[in-house]
Amino acid sequence: MSSPDTQPPSLYAAREPIFPRRVKGAFRNLKWWIMAVTLGIYYITPWLRWDRGPSLPDQAVLVDIAHRRFFFFMIEIWPQEFYFVAGLLIMAGLGLFLFTSALGRVWCGYACPQTVWTDLFILVERWVEGDRNARIRLHRKEWDLEKARKRAVKWTLWLLIAAATGGAWIFYFTDAPQLLHDLLHLQAHPVAWITLFVLTATTFIFGGFAREQICIYACPWPRIQAAMMDEDTLTIGYRDWRGEPRGKQKTEGTGDCIDCMACVNVCPMGIDIRDGQQLACITCGLCIDACNDMMDKIDRPRGLIGYLALTDETAERAGKKPISVWKHVLRPRTLLYTALWATVGVGLVVALFLRSEIDFNVTPIRNPTFVTLSDGAIRNSYDLRLRNKHGEAHWFEISASSDAGPFKMALEGEPGLRLKVPANETKAVRLYITAPAGSSAATTPRIPLRIWVEDLGDQPGSEVTAPQPARERVAQDTIFNGRGH
Amino acid sequence: MCAKKVTKPPHEVPTTGHEWDGIQEYDNPMPRWWVWIFYATIIWGIGYTVAYPAWPWLNGVTQGVLGYNAREAVAADIAQMDATNAAVKTQLVSVDLNAIGEDEALASYASRAGAAVFKTTCAQCHGAGAAGVQSLGYPNLLDDDWLWGGSMEEIHQTVAHGIRSTTDAESRYSEMPKFGTDGLLEKAQIAEVVEYVLQISGQEHDAALASAGGTVYADNCSACHGAAGEGDRSQGAPKLTDAVWLYGNSREAINDSVSKARFGVMPEWAGRLTEDQIRAVSFYVHSLGGGE
Repeated sequence: MSSPDTQPPSLYAAREPIFPRRVKGAFRNLKWWIMAVTLGIYYITPWLRWDRGPSLPDQAVLVDIAHRRFFFFMIEIWPQEFYFVAGLLIMAGLGLFLFTSALGRVWCGYACPQTVWTDLFILVERWVEGDRNARIRLHRKEWDLEKARKRAVKWTLWLLIAAATGGAWIFYFTDAPQLLHDLLHLQAHPVAWITLFVLTATTFIFGGFAREQICIYACPWPRIQAAMMDEDTLTIGYRDWRGEPRGKQKTEGTGDCIDCMACVNVCPMGIDIRDGQQLACITCGLCIDACNDMMDKIDRPRGLIGYLALTDETAERAGKKPISVWKHVLRPRTLLYTALWATVGVGLVVALFLRSEIDFNVTPIRNPTFVTLSDGAIRNSYDLRLRNKHGEAHWFEISASSDAGPFKMALEGEPGLRLKVPANETKAVRLYITAPAGSSAATTPRIPLRIWVEDLGDQPGSEVTAPQPARERVAQDTIFNGRGH
Repeated sequence: MCAKKVTKPPHEVPTTGHEWDGIQEYDNPMPRWWVWIFYATIIWGIGYTVAYPAWPWLNGVTQGVLGYNAREAVAADIAQMDATNAAVKTQLVSVDLNAIGEDEALASYASRAGAAVFKTTCAQCHGAGAAGVQSLGYPNLLDDDWLWGGSMEEIHQTVAHGIRSTTDAESRYSEMPKFGTDGLLEKAQIAEVVEYVLQISGQEHDAALASAGGTVYADNCSACHGAAGEGDRSQGAPKLTDAVWLYGNSREAINDSVSKARFGVMPEWAGRLTEDQIRAVSFYVHSLGGGE
């Protein structure tokens, strides 16, 4: 490295175009499969239907922001249950710790949308313009009819993919068939059009032109990942102790690397893995495929470039045999991450099955804490928010239990203690609880009180309240304020 | 098979000269597109100040070519809200007062609009929670005791025309004599009648004085407060036998009430609030737990 002296470096540099060559191999096949599965999930999911009854949407996966509901197959999440989302985010975080500490930048190399869509765009590019050498020729060529035609076809295909990508995104937020109908008839909501336009533009630019620039300059994730990696983390490395000095195979004294540049030519990031680990490397494994292919051809063992950890380098330089990647993956740190991840996951599943179809909040009115009635009785008020998650209207019955008592109870605007809550809605109602004059509840500053809500089903039920254990019941603890000192 | 060897100059990047623990810092150039985005944001920023009100000038600011005005935007939002609510407001004014609660949508609107009106115009005296202020004689609106009546019609009348307002001919009016200040009763008589009031409201009292106070009460108080202290809503005379006290139930507070009398005033709101607002706030007050 030279130090800055006579010739100050340029402050800005243009992007150097990259023309990744086609490659075949195990990692390339894995990437094709991952691309097919992830894109398939992404494009198909909004079109899956799920019958939830007449008053709920029938889209299997729907983020209904207008009505503050999230539907995921048999699961319906209300805003009050946002802890599920928090739990999923914690799982995602732990999952990334796990994968990063075990496999390094595996997310970047295989599953990141930027990588997947760039891969897809490069595939289209190769269909239209040919492989690396043809693309370099086309790039250097003056503009003529053939270049214009190929560019136009490529960009059109990219734009179609980009529009489909942005289109699929908005389908997650509203009824997909209806929105498609609206889009085709130019009647969709402006927000849909703006989102579609922005996502189409970003997909087109990021996948078609920005590509590795996003990973190198825009994405914060590679910088964060570095903090989670250790000397046992798998990265892609070049076994220079085996390959160097590089040179022609027949020359005496050279290593296994014949300097064929296959690893460089296939790299979507445009780097030379033989320079060592570098921040631009997304560990996609394509250089491994390219090098293994070449090693087969010159009849040398595979693995000149391969997944290895920092500890391997020291060990192998000392003459030890390469060890199985599983020894790196299965170690206490990753097992601990897996255990934590699984614990949160099991907790979420348990919470999912334990939650009830009815739910409520109690807010005791504290301004004032109690009201003295003309006969000297003490009345407390409570704001109840009753949530009916059923697909049809249900009747709820309110009751209260306490060591002190009895109380007189009433609901504002309702004749009795039963009320109807519409399907899939929250109903607010004020509950009055009155302790007779001179009773212990009326004269004690605070006594604990438990308010119960019982689901009566879709009928108000008979007047006689026989205990029915099959009915769902939920309780909330609150307090009753009496006349204190 | 091997591609032509790329004859790039050796990739020599200068360092900044900084070094920590043997780690040197490359001095790589910025990507050029990043610089173009920087220029684009500057152009956007200038364009923004042209489009929207921005540059201060001697007598104001540049108004921007889009003609945006935050006050007008708020006014437009309010106008749109009013237009949206026009139908429900008309309905609120036209229906029978007691029928507001029967229409769920109407009741929901009246309750929310009434709460907003209450917090704007009523909470100053009656409190944000409508519990009143006993030391100042602002009535508690949550309990089941009403000076002038707690039906929808009566609450509506009180809100619209106020209490003892001099600027509204239809205002509710009554006045209690100042028995002490004006010398209508002797101090001893006042002390007796106070004990009597404590007695009929079931509080600790001096039985001998109270017994004498009964006569004083019958002669001076019963015309308005009733023979048994049951009060009279038609003239806003409070019930004296219950547990709800406008100015407190202590001996001192009752003595003050008898000696100096009280003259609580509430402004009339007709003319300052629209009829739909008055109806909404009446409905809201009626639904606070004491409505009759």
